[in-house]
Amino acid sequence: MSVNLTLLIVMGVLFACGIYLILERSLTRVLLGLMLLANATNLLILSTGGYAGLAPLFNKSTDPRDYNDPLPQALILTSIVISFAVTAFMLGIIYRTWALARQDDIQDDAEDRRVAKTPSFDAEDDSVVPEETSEFPVTAVTEAAKEGGPE
Amino acid sequence: MITVLAVTFAAATVAPWIFRKLQRNAFYVLAAVPAGAFVWLLLQYDRIYPGRNLSGSGGDPTGGFIEETLPWIPNLKLEFAFRMDVLAWVMSLLVLGVGALVLVYCARYFKNKDADLGGFGAQLLAFAGAMFGLVTADDLLMMFIFWELTTVLSYLLIGYARTRLSARRSALQALMVTTAGGLAMLVGLIILGQTAGTYRISAIMAQAATFVTGPGQGAVSAAVVLILVGAITKSALVPFHFWLPGAMAAPTPVSAYLHAAAMVKAGIYIVARMAPGFSENPYWLPLVLGLGVATMLVGGYRALRQTDIKLILAYGTVSQLGFLTMVVGLGRPDAALAGLALLLAHGLFKAALFLVVGIIDHQSGTRDIRKLSGVYQSSRALAIVAGIAAASMAGIPPLAGFVAKESVFEAFVHYGTGSASQPWGLVLLVGLVLGSILTFAYSARFMWGAFATKPGVQRTPFKAIQPSFLAAPAILSVLTIVYGLWPDPVDSWIQPYAAAFNSAADHDAGASLAAASHLALWHGLTPALGLTAVTFAAGVVMFYGRNFVSRAQGRIPDWVDGDRAYQRTIGALDDVAVWVTGRTQRGSLYFYLAVILTVAFAVPLTALIVANKPLPGGLYLVDPNSPLQLIAAAGIVVGALAAVRANKRFLAVLMVSVTGYGIALMFALQGAPDLALTQMLVETIILVAFVLAMRSLPPELRDRTGGKYRVVRVIIGVAFGVTMIFVAIYAMGARIAEPVSLSFPRLAYEGGGGLNVVNVTLVDIRAWDTFGEISVLAVAATGVASLIFVRSRGERINKAATVPEGTVGRRTAVGGNSREDASLALVRKFAGSLTDPWLVAGRTLAPERRSIIFEVVTRLIFHSMIVFSVYLLLAGHNLPGGGFAGGLTAGLALTIRYLAGGRFELREAAPISAGMLLGTGLATAAAAGFVPLLLGGQVFQTAIIGFWLPLFGDIKFVTSTIFDIGVYLVVVGLALDVLRSLGAEIDEHFEETASGETRGHGATRPEASATTAARTATATATASPLAKGTP
Repeated sequence: MSVNLTLLIVMGVLFACGIYLILERSLTRVLLGLMLLANATNLLILSTGGYAGLAPLFNKSTDPRDYNDPLPQALILTSIVISFAVTAFMLGIIYRTWALARQDDIQDDAEDRRVAKTPSFDAEDDSVVPEETSEFPVTAVTEAAKEGGPE
Repeated sequence: MITVLAVTFAAATVAPWIFRKLQRNAFYVLAAVPAGAFVWLLLQYDRIYPGRNLSGSGGDPTGGFIEETLPWIPNLKLEFAFRMDVLAWVMSLLVLGVGALVLVYCARYFKNKDADLGGFGAQLLAFAGAMFGLVTADDLLMMFIFWELTTVLSYLLIGYARTRLSARRSALQALMVTTAGGLAMLVGLIILGQTAGTYRISAIMAQAATFVTGPGQGAVSAAVVLILVGAITKSALVPFHFWLPGAMAAPTPVSAYLHAAAMVKAGIYIVARMAPGFSENPYWLPLVLGLGVATMLVGGYRALRQTDIKLILAYGTVSQLGFLTMVVGLGRPDAALAGLALLLAHGLFKAALFLVVGIIDHQSGTRDIRKLSGVYQSSRALAIVAGIAAASMAGIPPLAGFVAKESVFEAFVHYGTGSASQPWGLVLLVGLVLGSILTFAYSARFMWGAFATKPGVQRTPFKAIQPSFLAAPAILSVLTIVYGLWPDPVDSWIQPYAAAFNSAADHDAGASLAAASHLALWHGLTPALGLTAVTFAAGVVMFYGRNFVSRAQGRIPDWVDGDRAYQRTIGALDDVAVWVTGRTQRGSLYFYLAVILTVAFAVPLTALIVANKPLPGGLYLVDPNSPLQLIAAAGIVVGALAAVRANKRFLAVLMVSVTGYGIALMFALQGAPDLALTQMLVETIILVAFVLAMRSLPPELRDRTGGKYRVVRVIIGVAFGVTMIFVAIYAMGARIAEPVSLSFPRLAYEGGGGLNVVNVTLVDIRAWDTFGEISVLAVAATGVASLIFVRSRGERINKAATVPEGTVGRRTAVGGNSREDASLALVRKFAGSLTDPWLVAGRTLAPERRSIIFEVVTRLIFHSMIVFSVYLLLAGHNLPGGGFAGGLTAGLALTIRYLAGGRFELREAAPISAGMLLGTGLATAAAAGFVPLLLGGQVFQTAIIGFWLPLFGDIKFVTSTIFDIGVYLVVVGLALDVLRSLGAEIDEHFEETASGETRGHGATRPEASATTAARTATATATASPLAKGTP
């Protein structure tokens, strides 16, 4: 199996740049990072097809090995169009975030932060309960005083 | 037994309805259930004790049994297996008898107006059923189910007064402690069951001796310890004793039943059940005896400190549970006899005492011994009932407690003076006597505290007691006397259980002597009697010196406070949970991604380094067939690095596009014209979509994640990229098989009837894949539309004819810039002078937005592009192209129309809704899939139809083209949705915003306008885009 280092090095650069961008706070940069990652992945798939070859347009006299491998190509074609759809969707999200909150940033989840700061005191568990020495604290006494006899 | 259980649970289910009819008297109906079961139990006497008379002579020495089984889950060997033997029978007497009496008592204890009586009654009855199931179950897992059932019901019953914090908290505490133990026990039960190869308790006990000494000894030891942990938590032994006094927040009848007679005895029952087989285990005696004696002393000591009579009883119960565990767990016949005798005696007197406490509380409104005074004068009957029970607890003859305690002393004198047990046997005996002295002292303290007339305390007001209220404790006290005076029946019930120990204790020298013991009121002048006398004397002294005792206790700090330890443990657990959550659940996407990606590169990289394989052969830097790739590669790398560094939004987008076009070039050089074509088209449309969507965002891209994070990002990014390179090299180097695609060209031509192998792969060989993909496209398109339109898909846009001329994107006011004014005037003149519109809706645009050249060019190329797109679609089967490329070309043509003529122009160019296109496309593709099925073929099967047309000549039509048409329609729909959403609809948002401004810049510089709009909007109120965007 032959391995084209040019393709793989370009792929590595794209992965590195893409990862760098998706670790960014700006939503736009995250999207650009995703696009670079998609391109990098396409190159990875392309490199599995081996040496550059003839375009896979059938000719009876051509040895199948002379074509560039058509299977990775079909996979990449699918991937390109799906990336387009995902990019469009992300653009919708970016616009919507901007329209609603005037923000192009990925916000930290304040609720998670709040959970992390939960105080260790919990009223249900930790508050002091007065000693209770009767299930019938008031009623029994008053009734007894009132009736002075059986119920 | 199964019938008894079924009836009990069924009655519990319907209990709430009975309560609705009869109110509190419904407790009598409920009481009839365990009472009936009790009678049934007595009728079984002949089967449990075959051939015996009441005085216990004759018959089978180890007793008989009744077995019932019903299959449940045969695959797990789980069945409803029940077995009533001597131990189960004795336990059931207590469980059912006391259960019935407590239910009777409840009918007078509660008031009709008390909330949730129905639920309470149901739970109490169900508890009786669960307890009965627990003692009769013959399957380890069945027993565990009933065990947990009692735990859950106990939680509900303790928490009956759910509005009181103390009730809720102690219910939860009891639940936590007992389920923690239950969990340990479950593990132990499973270990035991797996080691033994059966979950039948009777079968395991029959061969227990072989497990204790045989192979698997370690596992069995672990199992025994774990099961004992369960028993210890349930029976409130040190160090888990604290939950029982806490559980006194329960209504007193519940305390009487659960925390005196029944549930806490479950742990004792387990010990009693296992003792005949497992007491030889090396961990058994230290655990059972050590914790038992410690609990007995701690409980008795704490009981003397309480001022609440219910808490005196609670700590007394703790003490007695330790006592019982010790005796039952000793594993000798005399102790077994004494243990069960004590178990019965304790059930009788402690339940009676709790019921008495309930009456005092009910009638006087307090349980505080500092407030209670003169209750004896108010109700002598109550005092007598209580006195009998308390005397039995203290061990005074001729009551049940005396008989039982006497036999315990006898057993432990025997054990303690035996040679085998030195010196611990004597220590135990001393502990036992000390515990009994404490028991005597707190019994006296209880009677004094509850009934005595105390100097300086006002006489407690006390309502008279109805006889029906007093009946239940009275019956229990009468039984206490009968048992004490005539212990022979009890003796005969227990003897067969004690006999089971004989075989195990055979090697003990004193076994035969021990086995000969009997319960009796008078044994003669024995050492046991002497110990009893010592106990009484010391107990009386402690009672009279109670002021001294309590002062002494006040000076000793509580060095064992399980409650506080529990609270600290729970608090620490909470803190750890919050700490872990705070460390892991940071709420930061950056953090999550960084962790995920670090793992993603670190693990494969480590594997590669550890494997330390040489690089595979076949590596080459430059493809000899296509050296130009280096140029494309350089372009891509530059583009990618520039995209990372760019701090202007559109510059970054452009740079990413550069990489995209570079990739297209790479595809072309590699021999993939279809990919190159598609990639070019997609890059172009994406670029337009980016500009359309981001025109409202500020042009600057601020780098917010700076500082130390930048270094981390660089490290993660580079490491990930490098890892991917090496993973790819090794993965591809590992390939040994011929590519499956070598046969694709021939398949495509012969089966698919096409020359373009890639296209035939998409629409025929891998049509399922493509079908899935276009479904995703449809979903994503719908997602885009719903994000922007929120409510509909934007079909409501008007036809161009209805729109007044020059109104779209018109500037509302003209700025002070004179050059701008001049150019605007010029443009308006040109626009006005045009008589023949090049585009249908061109006239709707404001003159300053129109570009004549663009309109003319659009007019010229639009139709050509559409025709070309159809050509690409149809020719794609044999030449580069196909549905994807065709659809994208058509989308591009629409984009041009939109850019040149505005949203009404788009409406005119594509009068059909995007949703309709997507739906039709999917339907067409689906039809291409299932129509062959109807014709007797396979899904997505292709047919090649040849025919002749005049002018065209011979035509070869391949049916997979229909599938490709579906693909084409879906892609056009997606492009249209993107244009309508990110283009037309956002235009409208803008115009609404801009019209509200005093100084707009019009649509010629959308970004600038949007930025201004944004600033104004945030300053004043979050204006129209928001108002429009939210439903």
